[in-house]
Amino acid sequence: MNQNEILAECNKIFIDQLDNPSIVLKRETTAADIDEWDSLNHIQIIVAIEKRFKIRFTSSEIQNFKSVGDMCDAIAKKVTA
Amino acid sequence: MEFKDIKANLKKDFTGFKKVKVALLADSSTQYLAQAIRGMGYEKKLDIEVWEADYDSIDLTISDAASELYSFKPDFTFVFLSSHKLKKKFYKSGSNPHFADDTLAYLKNVTATVSSHIKTNFLVFNFPDALDPVFGHYSGKVTASFNYQVKKLNLELMHWAQNEASVSLIDLCGLQAMYGSANSIDSRMYLGSDSIFSLDFTIVVATNCVQVIEAFTGFSKKCLILDLDNTLWGGIIGDDGLENIQIGDLGIGKAFTEIQLWAKALKERGIILAVCSKNDEANAKEPFEKHPDMVLRPDDIAVFVANWSNKHDNIKYIQSVLNIGFDSMVFLDDNAFERNMVRTYLPEVTVPELPDDPADYVANLNSLNLFETNAYTEEDKERTQLYKAEALRNTASLTYTSEADFLKSLDMVSEVKEFDAFTIPRVSQLTQRSNQFNLRTKRYTEQDIKHMAEDHKKHHTFSFTLSDKYGAHGLIGVIILEKKDAHTLFIDTWIMSCRVLKRGMEQFMLNEITQYAKKHKFEKLTGEYLETKKNGMVKDHYKNMGFTEKGEQWQLDVTAYKPAACFIKNSNTHE
Repeated sequence: MNQNEILAECNKIFIDQLDNPSIVLKRETTAADIDEWDSLNHIQIIVAIEKRFKIRFTSSEIQNFKSVGDMCDAIAKKVTA
Repeated sequence: MEFKDIKANLKKDFTGFKKVKVALLADSSTQYLAQAIRGMGYEKKLDIEVWEADYDSIDLTISDAASELYSFKPDFTFVFLSSHKLKKKFYKSGSNPHFADDTLAYLKNVTATVSSHIKTNFLVFNFPDALDPVFGHYSGKVTASFNYQVKKLNLELMHWAQNEASVSLIDLCGLQAMYGSANSIDSRMYLGSDSIFSLDFTIVVATNCVQVIEAFTGFSKKCLILDLDNTLWGGIIGDDGLENIQIGDLGIGKAFTEIQLWAKALKERGIILAVCSKNDEANAKEPFEKHPDMVLRPDDIAVFVANWSNKHDNIKYIQSVLNIGFDSMVFLDDNAFERNMVRTYLPEVTVPELPDDPADYVANLNSLNLFETNAYTEEDKERTQLYKAEALRNTASLTYTSEADFLKSLDMVSEVKEFDAFTIPRVSQLTQRSNQFNLRTKRYTEQDIKHMAEDHKKHHTFSFTLSDKYGAHGLIGVIILEKKDAHTLFIDTWIMSCRVLKRGMEQFMLNEITQYAKKHKFEKLTGEYLETKKNGMVKDHYKNMGFTEKGEQWQLDVTAYKPAACFIKNSNTHE
């Protein structure tokens, strides 16, 4: 799975979890860019991503995600590993 | 359900749902739990408003008389101390061997403080079990081990709840055992946001909390209807014969024995058992009468229906005999077609999916927690007998030409008294569960009932039993009078069990309360009818009883009242 595919999957998950079909993710997107993406919903998104890719983030990864790109990189590392 | 479904529920329309106020007092973050409780409430048609104390501020919240908690006036107050914090406190205390006692004392202090400001039902979370992190198995021999203290605390919590009507427990320990601690705790969430539970487990906990609230608000299942072939035993009695059905201590038979033991234990708790099977009646009854390994016997089944009609028609028949709501019935059948037929025709009946493999039946049913309750009384144990006696009465009534002759022949006696320690649980239960013959449908906890029973200045209470030559009905009537002023008694509550309809019990009850009113120089009895979806049968109750309409209320002139004719004797009146 390449970076673009991972980004596309994440986009689907964001739309599904935040119930907002107009979300378009880019690597640079941060929580500040999306209204519904608050700390509460963050956990929900993380859990959904973990289930979709059958991976598990570490707590420091979760705390250090600054952007969608960080997330995708962490996913890519775990999926290919 | 997933968490996003919970969130979707939050945006839906709660109009017309029953309103319930819930407060969360916790020492960890409860935002997810709060959302999940409200979201799950939607599934049960409950409009649950959740108030959360500020993060980890139980002591501050309850000691402040001006706290929002006290102006919010929650119906239910959850008290949730996390096991993470508990463990930390334990080790910080230097493995205090009195830790359980101290924690219990703390919890008692919390509920006592809150109770000094408001009246609320406490739902206290117990504590998950785990292997002892320090002593391992040896913790069983060491009182200063965390494992020992947690298990002791859980037991002490039960003792507390058994003696304190306002305190009930949420069995977090049981939930976590069922779900597995690896699935229920997400340490990363704890580190990141100080929430304890994984999102999935949050939903499990919230579901349980809502089921408990539901039981408190007057909703509970009363009847379990059982299919027979491949539900209560393996095989088909009509084809395989008595010797070849699977039940007992061998192989697959064990699974069916388990399900029968479960049904029997429910029956002992007061759930009515009925059978609904497509079979010849003689074939269907044979195992109950003759098979040595059957747990359930003919006496355990209140209504036995075996024929070739549609199951939904048979369930309608069972409903008419028992006179309880469809929404209080659970139907168990291994056959998906039958389940779907019943779901289609009787959507109010709960029809759980059964797994394909009978080995999984009981575990699956346990996880659904179908028969949640908030009361258990002596009478519950006898319920099946009560309904069987009723069937006898119905048969006898056909042999009399006039209703009066029949009623006379019953030799009915009623014991009338004020609520006391023995009757309070049952009285509370009647206020919680009676839907039909219930004039104002005021739901009262045992605590509420106790207050009114003791408050003689403001209230006078009556409980009524009824027995006849066929057996005892138990406590079947409740009246609570409120002393409005020196002249007026207001009927706050008038409830009668539907199983004593058409016996003249209403007239008897009115005779008793007017007698009390006269004796204490009251002149007027007032009452009102508050309509619900289910109490249509008493719409004209006060009119029928000779009251006159005064605006929204009904009034009876006590001084002019002449006792109505009835065939029930007061057990205190010796003639």
